[in-house]
Amino acid sequence: MSKDKHKGYRGKGLAALKEHGVAVWSDVDVEAKTGSFQGIILPRSETADEDHIVLKLRNGYNVGLQAESIISMEEKGRKEAHYKIPEKEFPYDPKKPNVRLFGTGGTIASRLDYRTGAVIPAFSPGELYGSVPELADLCNLTTEKLFGVFSENMGPEQYIITAKKIGEAIKDGTDGIVIGHGTDTMHHTAAILSFMVQDSPVPIVMVGSQRSSDRPSSDAASNLINSVKAAAEGDIAEVVVCMFGPTSDQYGLLHRGTRVRKMHSSYRSTFRTIGDIPLAMISRKGLVHLRDDIKHRRNDRDVKINLAFEEKVTILYYYPNMLPDLVDACVDNGYLGIVIAGTGLGHVNKPLYPALKRARNNGVHVYMTVQTLWGYVQMYVYETGREIMELGVVPACNMLPEVAYMKLCWALGQSNDREEVERIMLTPVNGEITEREPYNGYLIYQGAIPEVQDFLRTIKR
Amino acid sequence: MGYEFKPFDEMTPEDYAAIGLKAGLEIHQQLMTEKKLFCRCPAGHYSDSYDAEILRHMRPTLSELGEYDGTALMEFKTKKEIVYRIHSDTVCTYEMDDTPPFMMNEAALDIAVEVALLLNLNLVNELHISRKQYLDGSIPTGFQRTTILGVDGWIPYKNRKIGIAQLGLEEDACREVSDIGHQRVFLTDRLGMPLIETVTKPDMRTPQEAAEVGEILRRLVRATGKMRVGHGAAREDVNVSIDGGTRVEIKGVPSLSRVPLLIYNEAMRQWNLLRIRKLLEQREITPSTFSSSNADVTRVLLGTQYVPIQQSMERGEEIHCVRLDGYAGILNEKTQTDTTFAKEISDRVRVVACLTTLPNIVHSDAASETLSAKFWKRIRQRMNARPNDALVLVWGNREDVECGCNEIAIRAREATEGIPSETRQALNDGTNGFERILPGPDRMYPDTDLPPQALSSKRVDEARSRLPEPPWLREARYEKYDLPDDVLDALTSSPRVLLFDSLVDKLGVNPTLAGVFLSQHVKALRRKGLMVEALSDDEIYCVFEAHKDGRLSREGIPEVVRRLMRRNRGRQENGEGVTNDPRKNVQSALDELGLRPLSDDELRRMVEKAVEEGELPDTLVTHDKKHRYLMGVLMVEARGRAEGRVVSNMLTEKLNASDKLAAAEGKSTTRNPKNGKAG
Repeated sequence: MSKDKHKGYRGKGLAALKEHGVAVWSDVDVEAKTGSFQGIILPRSETADEDHIVLKLRNGYNVGLQAESIISMEEKGRKEAHYKIPEKEFPYDPKKPNVRLFGTGGTIASRLDYRTGAVIPAFSPGELYGSVPELADLCNLTTEKLFGVFSENMGPEQYIITAKKIGEAIKDGTDGIVIGHGTDTMHHTAAILSFMVQDSPVPIVMVGSQRSSDRPSSDAASNLINSVKAAAEGDIAEVVVCMFGPTSDQYGLLHRGTRVRKMHSSYRSTFRTIGDIPLAMISRKGLVHLRDDIKHRRNDRDVKINLAFEEKVTILYYYPNMLPDLVDACVDNGYLGIVIAGTGLGHVNKPLYPALKRARNNGVHVYMTVQTLWGYVQMYVYETGREIMELGVVPACNMLPEVAYMKLCWALGQSNDREEVERIMLTPVNGEITEREPYNGYLIYQGAIPEVQDFLRTIKR
Repeated sequence: MGYEFKPFDEMTPEDYAAIGLKAGLEIHQQLMTEKKLFCRCPAGHYSDSYDAEILRHMRPTLSELGEYDGTALMEFKTKKEIVYRIHSDTVCTYEMDDTPPFMMNEAALDIAVEVALLLNLNLVNELHISRKQYLDGSIPTGFQRTTILGVDGWIPYKNRKIGIAQLGLEEDACREVSDIGHQRVFLTDRLGMPLIETVTKPDMRTPQEAAEVGEILRRLVRATGKMRVGHGAAREDVNVSIDGGTRVEIKGVPSLSRVPLLIYNEAMRQWNLLRIRKLLEQREITPSTFSSSNADVTRVLLGTQYVPIQQSMERGEEIHCVRLDGYAGILNEKTQTDTTFAKEISDRVRVVACLTTLPNIVHSDAASETLSAKFWKRIRQRMNARPNDALVLVWGNREDVECGCNEIAIRAREATEGIPSETRQALNDGTNGFERILPGPDRMYPDTDLPPQALSSKRVDEARSRLPEPPWLREARYEKYDLPDDVLDALTSSPRVLLFDSLVDKLGVNPTLAGVFLSQHVKALRRKGLMVEALSDDEIYCVFEAHKDGRLSREGIPEVVRRLMRRNRGRQENGEGVTNDPRKNVQSALDELGLRPLSDDELRRMVEKAVEEGELPDTLVTHDKKHRYLMGVLMVEARGRAEGRVVSNMLTEKLNASDKLAAAEGKSTTRNPKNGKAG
């Protein structure tokens, strides 16, 4: 308890608090060398220095005072903060569809933490409803917090639990599933769930936010409303990602879980369908389908769950001068699968050849993808491509590197037989390999070009 | 309350003391930095054109201490679509809230530290960036990044101290383009520029005191020479309260000269609102007994001739009526000069319900100007209204009208409590209108994107060494120069004030000459669009040096300065570096202009030549006219090389001499000497 009393304070700061008999949440009058201050002592971020004490002044501002410059501190009272979002019981309407919301952590479900000064995933899905009451217009919502992790900490354990929970929810008769997830690796999770959970009769919608929900400009509420709408009312019974379409607060896009990628470190519209077009646009007004080849919602409960996963798989992002010992190290460390993100149509340099050959001879499965992200691997065009295939490297068509990685983990979890693994890898489950790339599947407009400027001037995006 | 409110011109300090006026100021001043505060976009580039538009909405969030802020909830009720116009030269993805902030602009911080020292503040030791919520959309993040450097300072004023509550360093907001219905449009060029906010304590007792203190503060911060000047670079907010009243903030005061009338009108409004509360108390209407009801009266009004409602019906909208029980006559009670309590209600409906086309309400206290008596009678029946009830009509689409009815009742009820805490907007006629509920400290929460930053004593000491002399000390020092008042005022807050000292003390330039040049001439040049800022102090110093050396006449000074500025600009445009040697620059400008002063002999020869050989039009009969004409001829050549006064004296002397000569020769003085000779 005494540690909590001086939350985050160390060294000089802690000594000063103790010396003057005050603690975190004390309302104090401070006499310091630079003058007097009145306010409430706040917890200190653990990563900040130990020399200052943080005070919340009457005007709402926080300031730091040097512990050494403090002459006296007198406690006038105490005011502890309570992070409470008005929590209401979610209304039940038998006419509305039932949606299950799983929380895994990440920005969609986050709030501030004084101590670290950072946004932490600590928002229970129940509180989420308290801040987004619009959800009650769409469905009957039940929530379950699976984990509270940043998305970079998601791994096989979490994938397997999530897939299991999805399977259970479907068997329980839910009309749609929403998964709150950190955005950084949402496309990884979307890919593996696409493989682990097949032929779902209901939508499985992954959602996150790029601006935390403690900010007025947050995309969290819009994304949440859109994703719940897609899960409750939508006809797309696939694993999809639902995030902002343009940076403007207008509509969300539904992306197929096997073709989506986070493409900007901070933009709201960071998720893009790569090498294809998105599935649908969604807003409060409704869902607009952009393509016909979707898996439709069904009334049965015949979902297939396959939780296979092999961890000893890696992605090698090729660069000129990559040394063969990197491939050797993977082999020597017992890796069973390697996905190469090669240059251009799928190339690596010659010095790597012996190492790749050794990998194959050691039973390692090696697949080629392209680091250009858009476009197909085509290893016949150049001599080098053919040589690399000779070494046992299998071209993975237009599978995105991260998707190929997840699929290889999943395939190797099921078999170690070269042919069987290849069959699994190259048989598309849901769009990870496509037969054709549409002409409008590759759109990266360049600014300043007159027609692009015309577009930007007239269309809010 | 036995006091009668007098007209503005008749109010005395004693009158203001009687109502217990307290006024404070918040002064926002942009800093002269190259870049913005939290990103690397250029600061101070304005343009109304734009390359793209982005649309956003704002939602209220939980504040750090766990409560929703009142303003935030109100803004959310309004459900505005916010459109940002962005120009690629002035805005990056940071301002659009698509990229996290970069570290704080150090140059801006250094300036703010200087100001904090000038204001005698208790400095903090570590800066924490806070987020101040603004849900009106004026900042795309929904909050302003702001930090305070110190609290509890003071400045001297009339033998007393005016308290300074705090000094903040923050990012500027967008410029509003329009706000119609549910859409508000902003330009984003100004967004993110560094700004200091100086907040005084409510220590001013009359409106005039507030204006004077504002002026002192303005000049104090400008003395650093690091403030932006020009339209919109400095903006004032005024806080007003009277005895029994509430602190009300008036935003967007365009200039300090407007401050006194605004404060007077707000004091009057508060005084009248307290009077209205008393009227209501006499009718036994209190917060707990207040009652109202509302209903859809669209059908009752079918066939009305009142145009706004007629048009509303044509658009298929609804008309609702709010019955305020026992409020008859209250809406016609005066609040500010020429406005009544009805405006308080109309303002709320405009802002909160987004019914922005005026009139947006009509009421039974001004019945005759709107609907016919027949219709009022029908509405009274429909609403079951007694004669002492007031009725307010509002129209629009159902959602907005329901919101409007709600706000009408809320505002009417607030009259029983007194004066609501509001942020109000300064209007051109000196009155003010509702803008939003006054935000409380709840809207502040820490910015988690940036770490705290220590304000080192080294940094503070360095800032202290750069501090300008406060204007009041400087003024006292300049008293001996007997400068004109306007020159003195401009000079003590001019960034060139140190240059003035060296011109006068080191170079021995006449103080009035230097003062007039640095205040009035510089201003005139700027008005002509010349970048006086591009001219270094050293160059100006060398111009005056040339004058003292006799290489340049007093008249030639502005011309040389103009030439130097044009050359500097030309060089910059051609990408050439400006010469580092100011003396060389000035001399070459002098050479180009041929501005060597004329010696007395040279001047005399010029005058003689003009009088004796010049062609004078025949119409010039009088001495005066001849003099004026010849001055014009002479000054073409002598401008900048001789003082006009000297030329004029010489010319008079010469004309007198030639007149005498002509008279002696018995020739007509009405003829031109040359012709005369020929004749």
